[in-house]
Amino acid sequence: MEPSLARYIWTHTKKQQLWILVIVLLSMIPYFMSFDLPKLIVNGPIQGKGFEQPGATQPFMRLHYNLPFIGEVQFFSGFQLDRTTTLFALSLVFLLLVIINGLFKYYINTYKGRLGERMLRRIRFDLVDRVLRFPPRYFKRVKSAEVATMVKDEVEPLGGFIGDAFLQPVLLGGQALTAMLFIVVQNFWLGMIAAVIVAIQIVLIPRMRRRLIVLGRRRQLTARALSGRVGEIVDGIGAVHVHDTSNYERADIAARLGLIFKIRFDLYQWKFMVKFLNNFLAQITPFLFYMVGGYLVIQGRLDVGQLVAVIGAYKDLPGPMKELIDWDQDRQDVQVKYQQVVEQFTVEGLIAPRIGALTIDDPGPMTNPLSAIGLSMTDDGGAMLLDRISLQVKPGETVALVSTSTGGAEALAEAFARLNWPESGRVASGADDLLELPEAVTGRRMSYASSDVFLFQASLRDNLLYGLKHAPLTSVTYDGAAADQQRWNIDEARRSGNPDLDIHSDWIDYASAGATGPHDLFEAVRQVLDAVLLSRDILDLGLRSSADLTRHTELAGRIVELRAALRTRLEHEGLSGLVVPFEPGAYNKEATIGQNLLFGAAAGPELADRALAANPYFASVLRQAGLDRTLYEMGLEIAEQAIELFADLPPDHPFFQQLAFMSAEEIPAYETLLQRLKNRPYETVSESDRAMIVTLSFAYIEPRHRFGLLSDELMNKIVAARNRFYEDLPPELQNAVERYDPAKYIAAATVMENVLFGRLGSNHPDAPDRIRSIVYDILDELGLYAELLDVGLDFNVGAGGRRLTSGQRQKLDVARALLKRPDFLILNRPLSALDQRVQEKVLQNVLEEARRDGRSPAIVWVVTNPTMAMMFDRVVVFDSGRLVEDGTHETLLAGGGILKELLS
Amino acid sequence: MLLKDEVGMLQRVPLFSGIEPAKLKLLAFTSDRVSYGAGEILFRQGDEGDAAYVILSGRADILVDSDGGSIKVAELVPNSIVGEIAILCDVYRTATVRAASPLEALRIRKDHFLRLMREFPDMTIEMVRVLADRLSHTTADLIDARSAKQ
Repeated sequence: MEPSLARYIWTHTKKQQLWILVIVLLSMIPYFMSFDLPKLIVNGPIQGKGFEQPGATQPFMRLHYNLPFIGEVQFFSGFQLDRTTTLFALSLVFLLLVIINGLFKYYINTYKGRLGERMLRRIRFDLVDRVLRFPPRYFKRVKSAEVATMVKDEVEPLGGFIGDAFLQPVLLGGQALTAMLFIVVQNFWLGMIAAVIVAIQIVLIPRMRRRLIVLGRRRQLTARALSGRVGEIVDGIGAVHVHDTSNYERADIAARLGLIFKIRFDLYQWKFMVKFLNNFLAQITPFLFYMVGGYLVIQGRLDVGQLVAVIGAYKDLPGPMKELIDWDQDRQDVQVKYQQVVEQFTVEGLIAPRIGALTIDDPGPMTNPLSAIGLSMTDDGGAMLLDRISLQVKPGETVALVSTSTGGAEALAEAFARLNWPESGRVASGADDLLELPEAVTGRRMSYASSDVFLFQASLRDNLLYGLKHAPLTSVTYDGAAADQQRWNIDEARRSGNPDLDIHSDWIDYASAGATGPHDLFEAVRQVLDAVLLSRDILDLGLRSSADLTRHTELAGRIVELRAALRTRLEHEGLSGLVVPFEPGAYNKEATIGQNLLFGAAAGPELADRALAANPYFASVLRQAGLDRTLYEMGLEIAEQAIELFADLPPDHPFFQQLAFMSAEEIPAYETLLQRLKNRPYETVSESDRAMIVTLSFAYIEPRHRFGLLSDELMNKIVAARNRFYEDLPPELQNAVERYDPAKYIAAATVMENVLFGRLGSNHPDAPDRIRSIVYDILDELGLYAELLDVGLDFNVGAGGRRLTSGQRQKLDVARALLKRPDFLILNRPLSALDQRVQEKVLQNVLEEARRDGRSPAIVWVVTNPTMAMMFDRVVVFDSGRLVEDGTHETLLAGGGILKELLS
Repeated sequence: MLLKDEVGMLQRVPLFSGIEPAKLKLLAFTSDRVSYGAGEILFRQGDEGDAAYVILSGRADILVDSDGGSIKVAELVPNSIVGEIAILCDVYRTATVRAASPLEALRIRKDHFLRLMREFPDMTIEMVRVLADRLSHTTADLIDARSAKQ
């Protein structure tokens, strides 16, 4: 990247910089005109100069100039206006100039701001573009948070500076020079005094600022290191807690903050010191004028008028000088920041742009063998991982790489995947060096999965299809405002040197997954998920999530059918007791009292959880139904029981998980509340206290808690209250609850809750498992299995995929590699988190899936266990970075070498 | 059956008879009430022991696998506890328990049970007493059986 900020700015914005300079110069004209006008107004119409005679008029807008050689030329003789009209006319001109000046200012500021933002956009993009082209080894040394903070924060001040980068020095320099010249014209020697002081300022101040630059650089580096450390704490939070090192981290952060504070404080001290000196120097000039000039006047060698004129002229000098010096400070500041960032982003061996160039067309299959030729690989510390290996993998061949613990097979797989670059030798596809092939070929025709999986924080579906998003394949047509927006987007992207690829285009390369479009992609997805044994996990996720009804319309549309099928099935198997269904006219004993009252899913905060009892409308319904007092008494009883049972236990006791009514922290509060409310008549208890108590009763389930608080009469009253609640539901609560309706899908509830439409009986410990397998059966029978899988694919995997287990992540990685149907499938201990039995099953499935439909990709698999090698055409054994055996499984076993040893 | 009735039932189980009612109530509250139909299995021989069961009503058979199929070795009646050995000493279930009639039981989870023992030494001593008592009976039985053999 361009190491000099000024040159970087000039290269990309010279036209704009010149344009804005022209505009600024142009804006000077009305600006100076508006200076002169007040005097004209006061002297002319107000004081009456030129209007001494009643009825006298003066020309207005007369255009006449004294031209050299020609003399007075009149272009326009002007309007003759009397005194009052002249006043109005001049005032209106004043207003006009105010507006024009304002508009100029507005235009200039907007223009400068836009210029800065465009440059900021350009530089940020350039930086990220470089990150995308860094050689692999760079990433072993850099903390992601530091790179992020460089791209985001450290270049930020550049945006504000760019608009002024060239404008300010030209303008201010011009002003300062003019002022200087004016002083010199008044009196040469006094002018020289001013010039000498200015020269001292110009030489001394930047010198003193060198220390500021050093401090500024240190400030930037320490702040960057801080964000790196914060990122590390977040990523390694598990290790922090496991080892009780949180205080070590606190100490480290405090020490860093202390250092940053010290640097910043030094910076302030020095900065204001420089400022002080600067101000002092600026004031020393008038001091000299007064003393030296005054002395000369007393001596009679200088005329008073001249001295006054010099002092008058001097007042225009410090302003621009000060601003110029401030500008210089800004310049140095951003220059340091820029240099710091550029240094970090200047890396040797950057991947050439053509390697990652956008390729829309299918590059065609890789038909050449993949080979390692005299390949040596080292790790970052220089230790040899592979020592001059030569190996060729032919298309269609399946090869197991078996490795002793120091074997180096993983390094070979990484070299095939271009994840690490050879120390010597090369990896080639046919005659081409693999590293010289565009990624459009290797990224589409080769696949790689390893035990070290990275998932993006997006849905399972997005992660799975990530491997297909190489290029925007459709052009989206936009209408109306969206089309304008799109044009603007493209235009602006180009102006900032950004690519104008449309992120909203369909990037998914359906053809490489063996599909023709979104409608039949799912079949391919399902097959790879089945192959890696991930379908069941995703179905479980689907059952536990709430479906997006705009996408999964079929599930919602057939919910009645589903529920009926479940009932029939349960009856048929004699398991009706497992689920107690929700019936609009009946009390559900397995549900809480709150659920029975609301009989719906809360879709907003108004009626959810604790807010329910406190909701005024809900409380009024309870009152009308005659339940308020009963539930209050019930709540008191529950509070007493709960406190009696749990008061002696420490708050972190695991038994509290069984206490549905209150948390351990709330027990003391309820204890005091109970004492306060004891023997107090119901009428005198405050609304909020009532709500606190009543809310306890809402969590009560008779068969589970067994306090014996529910009678038939109470259940009937609750059902009546439920109906009353919905009869007069006020409009503001209409969207806060979705009433349970046997014929309707509940958007706020999970798929499982929707299918069950009831509560599991609490006295069957294995009910959840049995129900789940029955639900799967039914979904399959009704052809909704795919739909549920699709719901599961909406699941967000969390940061780095951490909401999935490591086994699930690895399976997903393999599925992703399989999905693009590569010519070479490289798998590097891909399933290490799974147990041996499952690994072998997945291996078998993957081999089958990869060859389905007559495909025959080459498969290179670094196996975790040598027994897995027998499923491959060819086995290659590595030991201590050397290729020691190569042949079919049988021949190697018969040979009695290392493979046999490893197997025994 | 309500919580307080369950406490009454637990008091009649010898293992818990010496424990104060308040603790028994906590034990009952934190346990799950489970019901089984006749023929349903509470747990199987060889399973990992994760809970003990106190029979509240109904009957259950204790079955042990043998070469000739499973043999019924004992019958459980209300107020008896079953499965406590497996959760005390981390061994696999030594027998299968099957409901012989509709059965109501209290399922005491292993971690809850151990936690209670740790927190209430009186209860632990009481249990040790019962277990020692059982052991001495078993030893006596063994001696009887051996001497009968000789």
